[in-house]
Amino acid sequence: MPGLMIDREVLIEAPVEVVWRTITEPDQVRQWFADRVDLVVEPGAHGYMEFGDQGGPVVVEVVDPPTRFSFRWNYPRGEEPVAGNSMLVEFTLTPEGDERTRLRVVESGHELLAWPDAEKQRYADEHRDGWVDYLDRLITLLAKRQSR
Amino acid sequence: MTAQTDDELWSAIGDPSRRRVLDLLLSNGEVSASWLAGRVPFSRQAVSKHLVVLERTGLISRRKQGREVLYQVEADRLDQATRAMAELAAQWDRRLATIKRLAETAHAENKKRNRHEG
Repeated sequence: MPGLMIDREVLIEAPVEVVWRTITEPDQVRQWFADRVDLVVEPGAHGYMEFGDQGGPVVVEVVDPPTRFSFRWNYPRGEEPVAGNSMLVEFTLTPEGDERTRLRVVESGHELLAWPDAEKQRYADEHRDGWVDYLDRLITLLAKRQSR
Repeated sequence: MTAQTDDELWSAIGDPSRRRVLDLLLSNGEVSASWLAGRVPFSRQAVSKHLVVLERTGLISRRKQGREVLYQVEADRLDQATRAMAELAAQWDRRLATIKRLAETAHAENKKRNRHEG
């Protein structure tokens, strides 16, 4: 899904180290993400996640404790995930004081990497408010059209 | 939707220029390629290319009226696409809410433990 981008965030009343452990320790990941998690949190590590009767491989990209963690998934079986054939999930943790953390997740098909810088910037600008705003706009326009 | 059509769909909407074209079609109904070209900062040729990509995903369709070709949004297909996208966003919201609950519970327990030890 190369063009898709989801951008969400949440404010958590806990220090950044606690949030980091929640999103990276397999025991914890099992509780918020997948039923089965085989994951070593090291750059380049290949893992596996299972959801109900579906599952798929994941590859860890960036591990920069306690602020950045990313992995690729949703890529064709038998292929190595690269920009263009997979989805990249990026977590960014920003401490706000000692006991509060802003957690942002961006899931995207990073064909962006191959784009010229100006285009990338424009894309990033357009996405600052997230895909869902664009969606809302589309849905509103759609509703208007249908009621005409 | 199959994975293949999903791919085409997302990359079709992922391009800012194509979203511009899609927006214009949504707010103006049936229009021609030259009408669109007069309202975007890119060439007539680029408009035609974007229309081809959008049409391939089923998001828009065209019909001939006299000498003109008119394009319009396929509401059902777009509706389907926006729902799928909204569902993905909602999935992440649910995951983030669980992460928040887990982290806040762990933090409260750590504090309690520290108080007992201290």
